[in-house]
Amino acid sequence: MLEIKNLQVKLEEEDKQILKGVNLTVEAGKVHAIMGPNGSGKSTLSYVLSGKDGYVVTEGEATLGGEDILEMEPEERAAAGLFLAFQYPVEIPGVGNMTFLRTAVNAQRKARGDEEMSSTEFLKVVREKAKSLKIDAEMLKRPVNVGFSGGEKKRNEILQMAMLEPKMCILDETDSGLDVDAMKLVSDGVNALRDEGRGFLVITHYQRLLDHIKPDVVHIMYDGRIIKTGGPELALEVETQGYAHLIEEEA
Amino acid sequence: MALPQPKQTATDARLAALDLPEGGWSAPARQSALARLQAMGLPGARDEYWKYTRPDTLVAAEAPTAAVFQGDEPLVFDGVERLKIVFRDGVFDAEASDPLALENIEIARLADAADIHWAQDLYGKLEEDGQTPVERPLAALNTTFATDGILMRVTGKVSKPVALIYYHESETSDAILHHVVKVEEGGDVTVLENGPAAARFNKVMEVDVADGAGFHHIRAQGRDHERRAATHIFARLGAESTFKTFTLTVNGVLTRNECVVELTGDDAVCHIAGACMGDGDFHHDDTVFVTHDAVNCESRQVFKKVLRNGATGVFQGKILVKQGAQKTDGYQISQSLLLDEDSQFLAKPELEIYADDVACSHGSTSGAIDEDGLFYLRARGLPRGIAEDLLTIAFIAEAVQEIEDESLQEEIVGRVEAWLLRRRG
Repeated sequence: MLEIKNLQVKLEEEDKQILKGVNLTVEAGKVHAIMGPNGSGKSTLSYVLSGKDGYVVTEGEATLGGEDILEMEPEERAAAGLFLAFQYPVEIPGVGNMTFLRTAVNAQRKARGDEEMSSTEFLKVVREKAKSLKIDAEMLKRPVNVGFSGGEKKRNEILQMAMLEPKMCILDETDSGLDVDAMKLVSDGVNALRDEGRGFLVITHYQRLLDHIKPDVVHIMYDGRIIKTGGPELALEVETQGYAHLIEEEA
Repeated sequence: MALPQPKQTATDARLAALDLPEGGWSAPARQSALARLQAMGLPGARDEYWKYTRPDTLVAAEAPTAAVFQGDEPLVFDGVERLKIVFRDGVFDAEASDPLALENIEIARLADAADIHWAQDLYGKLEEDGQTPVERPLAALNTTFATDGILMRVTGKVSKPVALIYYHESETSDAILHHVVKVEEGGDVTVLENGPAAARFNKVMEVDVADGAGFHHIRAQGRDHERRAATHIFARLGAESTFKTFTLTVNGVLTRNECVVELTGDDAVCHIAGACMGDGDFHHDDTVFVTHDAVNCESRQVFKKVLRNGATGVFQGKILVKQGAQKTDGYQISQSLLLDEDSQFLAKPELEIYADDVACSHGSTSGAIDEDGLFYLRARGLPRGIAEDLLTIAFIAEAVQEIEDESLQEEIVGRVEAWLLRRRG
């Protein structure tokens, strides 16, 4: 599904290397988690994959379903099936959540050459999916993320994911700012989307999220590289012992 | 004191090209306005209040010609249930208008109002009050020479909006209209205005809002690229009254909208908002003056300008809090979204406060499209153009939300969307 080979990235504005050769393959139907201390390059990886400005790929490649995504515009990557659930979802005043969702769904369909969703069909689907995330009609009507609590913003991200039905989902610290109940709700939303055709890359600081979204593979990232890969037990090891011993092993 | 020679010459030339409407109840007000106008002279490029906007084409004896816009899409507010009052190049069109009758409101034309008329106490009066501390000569000219206008007296809640619809049909039309609105205690009315009106348009609206009354005004200034307009609203607010005005301006080589409001009764609320969409040869000036002269009043000024291809936006906004106007809550924000490096926004926000227990804030910013928002939308699959349009709508949202009625908000947003769509081709 997602294949990253020797990805090296520096900042556009200053000569600072952030990713120093990342290798990672996420297969369809699998959930991979990336953990790592602050500043290790986890969020950068998610931004580079989704096409944010400000980064320069100096070497390596990233493909989604065999297609090179690094040369694509962000909207092309989205249409190709990539989805980034933002750590800090952006507020868009004056644009209704529903309008935004429908515009996004239809823009992607159009880009793929599919027929646009009719408004009745869209309404039906969005209501159903919103309900399971406990997103009420009021929240659907409100401007995108404006005045949403931390939990509401993250639930809204998952709703977008559910509506857009991407092939590859990247979750960037989706657990940050969530209380226990909200984390459960968000995780249930993610788990409902798990299926054979879809890959997940879950970036997190805490093992806690991985209790809910059970990963198949766990990677530890440090200083722009993946320094260790293992099963779910690796996350538990980090939880109890921290990163220091893993970093020492690497050095 | 004699006027400087260039100003005297310009004023004389303009006055010579106009005819003073004769007789009737408005004659004394017109004479008084003429005397005031002659004393102050028409605005010139050296006047401080016209530092950012050149008045010459607004003042010239002849109106510069303006091509009539050809477009076939439905006009704004077309879908709104309303009482229609139509003017073509400043001339009332009875056939296209609805009968001037509606419950809780008395409507008459300035041009044929009876000899003794309630508007006598207001016509030119609020305009005159609004001449201090800053002179507004084009408004005095309007009071003197207005050929027509609508006089409305509101005595209760009016069931549907009263719509003033202006059509521009002649390339050389030069229209001067003067409306007077008196909202009596317990009255509540919504007034809509749309259309480009004339090649050159000078309009004054005087609004007297009595204690506990409400006045809502939503205006869309039309699409004609070459038209020019100088408009004034003068309002006086009684205790616990509400006054809300919103203006959307799309295109137009020159627009100057002045809004002068005096809060004279306690607990009054005044919201003045505007959004403009300018592309290329476009100059838009919002000049606002709000005077707090009562206790516990609230005023908001919210102006948003979207500018591209060398368009210019101007904001001169002032809040004056008089001695004794305690517990005033004043807010003023003016912002521009500059879509390229050729466009400019000139802002002069001012606060002048003589009371010691008030909360007043003001801010002014200029910026480009928010990159984080743009990336967020594109990451959801929206092409750059559509994403930029949505962010533009987001940018003006704070101003549009000043419109209380949601369906009228949608009308306005619909026009903005159409404008954006045309720009993307």
